[in-house]
Amino acid sequence: MERMIVSMQDPDMGIKMRNQRLLITVIPHAMTGNDIVEWLIQKYGISEEESLHLGNLIVKHGYIYPLKDPRSLVLRADESPYRFQTPYFWTSTKWPATELDYGRCHRATGTDTGCHPFAATLSATASLAAIYLAKKNIRKQGDLIEHEKDNYNLLHKRINHTWDFVVMQAREQLRAAKQRRKGDRIVIDCQEQAYWLVNRPPPGAPNVLEQGPERRNCHTTRVQLTKNMDYYKREIEYCRKAMARTRVKSSICLEGYIKFNEQYVPHDPIMSGCLPSNPWITDDTTYWAMNAPTVTIPTKLRVERWGFNFSELINDPLGRTQLLEFLKKEFSAENLSFWEACEELRYGEQSRISEIVDSIYQQFLAPGATRWVNIDSKTMERTLEGIKTPHRYVMDDAQMHIYMLMKKVGEGGAGQRRAGQDPDVSAGPGLLPTVPQVGPLQEPAGRGHHSPGDQEAVRAGAEPWGPPGVVPAGSDPVLPAGSSPSCASSGIPAPARPCCCPRAMPRRGAGALPPPPCPRRRAESPPALRERPDPAHSPAAGPCRQ
Amino acid sequence: MATEGLHENETLASLKSEAESLKGKLEEERAKLHDVELHQVAERVEALGQFVMKTRRTLKGHGNKVLCMDWCKDKRRIVSSSQDGKVIVWDSFTTNKEHAVTMPCTWVMACAYAPSGCAIACGGLDNKCSVYPLTFEKNENMAAKKKSVAMHTNYLSACSFTNSDMQILTASGDGTCALWDVESGQLLQSFHGHGADVLCLDLAPSETGNTFVSGGCDKKAMVWDMRSGQCVQSFETHDSDINSVRSCRLYDLRADREVAIYSKESIIFGASSVDFSLSGRLLFAGYNDYTINVWDVLKGSRVSILFGHENRVSTLRVSPDGTAFCSGSWDHTLRIWA
Repeated sequence: MERMIVSMQDPDMGIKMRNQRLLITVIPHAMTGNDIVEWLIQKYGISEEESLHLGNLIVKHGYIYPLKDPRSLVLRADESPYRFQTPYFWTSTKWPATELDYGRCHRATGTDTGCHPFAATLSATASLAAIYLAKKNIRKQGDLIEHEKDNYNLLHKRINHTWDFVVMQAREQLRAAKQRRKGDRIVIDCQEQAYWLVNRPPPGAPNVLEQGPERRNCHTTRVQLTKNMDYYKREIEYCRKAMARTRVKSSICLEGYIKFNEQYVPHDPIMSGCLPSNPWITDDTTYWAMNAPTVTIPTKLRVERWGFNFSELINDPLGRTQLLEFLKKEFSAENLSFWEACEELRYGEQSRISEIVDSIYQQFLAPGATRWVNIDSKTMERTLEGIKTPHRYVMDDAQMHIYMLMKKVGEGGAGQRRAGQDPDVSAGPGLLPTVPQVGPLQEPAGRGHHSPGDQEAVRAGAEPWGPPGVVPAGSDPVLPAGSSPSCASSGIPAPARPCCCPRAMPRRGAGALPPPPCPRRRAESPPALRERPDPAHSPAAGPCRQ
Repeated sequence: MATEGLHENETLASLKSEAESLKGKLEEERAKLHDVELHQVAERVEALGQFVMKTRRTLKGHGNKVLCMDWCKDKRRIVSSSQDGKVIVWDSFTTNKEHAVTMPCTWVMACAYAPSGCAIACGGLDNKCSVYPLTFEKNENMAAKKKSVAMHTNYLSACSFTNSDMQILTASGDGTCALWDVESGQLLQSFHGHGADVLCLDLAPSETGNTFVSGGCDKKAMVWDMRSGQCVQSFETHDSDINSVRSCRLYDLRADREVAIYSKESIIFGASSVDFSLSGRLLFAGYNDYTINVWDVLKGSRVSILFGHENRVSTLRVSPDGTAFCSGSWDHTLRIWA
């Protein structure tokens, strides 16, 4: 903040200061509230609201003080005069005593009459505060504000021994002040007033100097990191390991991040809105009802997300049930059960570890087990060895193996469909398109721009979130930005709107699954969109739902 | 012996120089693969339009500064903690308070909701992390069911449940992080390496779910392997405590470097907490100047500035389904923005 203040006072680029009028007195080297706000807007290219907010903070912290209404540290964007606080009074100026906490000292000694070990240093600020209040007291002939009166009395008790000195100083300062011109007197009074408002805020006013519980950084000694041999040995080892780690080129990582963004933006309610509406905005909780963890019919967006990568599928309760159904058809449902049991082990209670490991072994790993899982021999060997001393992570290798297996299988089924290949050749009925879905009724009115984007392989190729994915054979046609899906003017054969089935609407961004079958659409489906006949015109497909 | 001492000093010096030269080599290695800046790659991405986000709910009820909050997986309940020791569970959609407990300490700087929604964890100046089960009895006495889980030697600054209700990860002012078994209170793993207070942590959403990152007053962000307790990566480009930095920084773990800085000359106060929107395109940061700045992560520019709080923003989190985010402030209130 002080850097900002200094630049504000720069003779060339800073705020232009002039004489300001305060009623009949002329105050030199002052500026108006407006000047401050304007300067901030110009210098930092911010809005008026932000500038006013920032200016207010500067005043609250005592770096600029008002001349017109000195009791209230507020910036008014009008002709009210303000001045820069003298650096002597800046909050960062560390007086020896300001670091001492008033109350802390009091508690430490438990006495009212000064704190012995700290007496010398504490009395510096205490005296100054006392002098300030004494002056006020004299000037106002005892008519101080409530909290000022309390403070005054408190100080009187504490530094009783130097009270005569305090009163003498106060009288002296008042007399000297009378010699000065009115303008100077006002300035000095306001300066002092502002300083004490910041450093001794009245009750109820927020204390801008409060920082919260003390935090130590590495320059203080709480956490001892003695730089001895062990420390350097560890550093060396860490560096060696770090050198050996595989790094990826920035361009690849960043591209990956962007792809992830593009894939997920349509699913980001803050970016793209959500249908029917964001519950927080309209107070309508339908969106949550439609997207509850276990719902009979998942929304289209949700199903689409399962296609992004395997972890989306398995971590969604509904997705997981779908996965289970699929695995059952492939007679490999034990894999999922095994994986779930391993998760229970990894995140379960410490006391149950042996019990769970044993149960896993009996069910899935023992020769002749009822739900034996197919792990490669090396991993099996390692795991069986590890079971002898069971611990939380003993199944990790086996679990990862099975996870990868499920991933390949799960994506293989769906992935092949995405590539538009002949479904008869695919491994199975595929995971996702058989799920009847509920779709939104219209394009969400998104906030901000979406990038219509280059419809590249924006799919699970977005590492590291997805597997090295199957690239859709040929991109979907790009819709001109902002056009409604039913726009035929551009000549792009978009799936036509006339069918009220919401699934007819193409999704942007994600490597979308081919829209699930809609019996009504059969006639309208333009051949150009697909390389082969729409695979799913089976009447067995779910009915059209709104 | 004098000669031994001399020998030791030589070894110490040689170790130090070896460590330093290795560090230099490491930086070179890291720099080799840095072939492009984020804003260059992001050139092809369209800029975002005007964003209008407003306060949709204001939660009043805390008697003092709100220090921390967390969302429940049900996307509407939240738990919040404050300086006066009160921990409150709200249904933020209706703004009703559902549970409240008073901790025996002040400055409850950390709180977390269990994945199941059946418990909360909190701690602060008591150096502990305690778990309270949530019930729906009429005359619930939450304090009676309290379970003390974590014990540190200094204040608790952050806590989080892992994938289940049965493990908690904590960060503390004593410079360490730790993983605990809730049922028994046993320490499962501790993480040493920060040179100063650890102020925040976050778990990785990776498929293997084995790492977490912590930020501390030693200006470092460190990535830890939960299994071994080792630090696997660290980033040290911040210029002050990672809890009041004037600039937010983005680090890419695979590229192993800082890839973006989000700052503005007019922002002179530190940011106390950050969170991404669901797609990762937006970064919300709460600052000590009472505002929330919304950054475009790819372009590096500020999209919007949100006013409303009357004191510093101490905590900020996006809801689990990304429909809104919640901010807690020293002005005693929490606000839901959408």
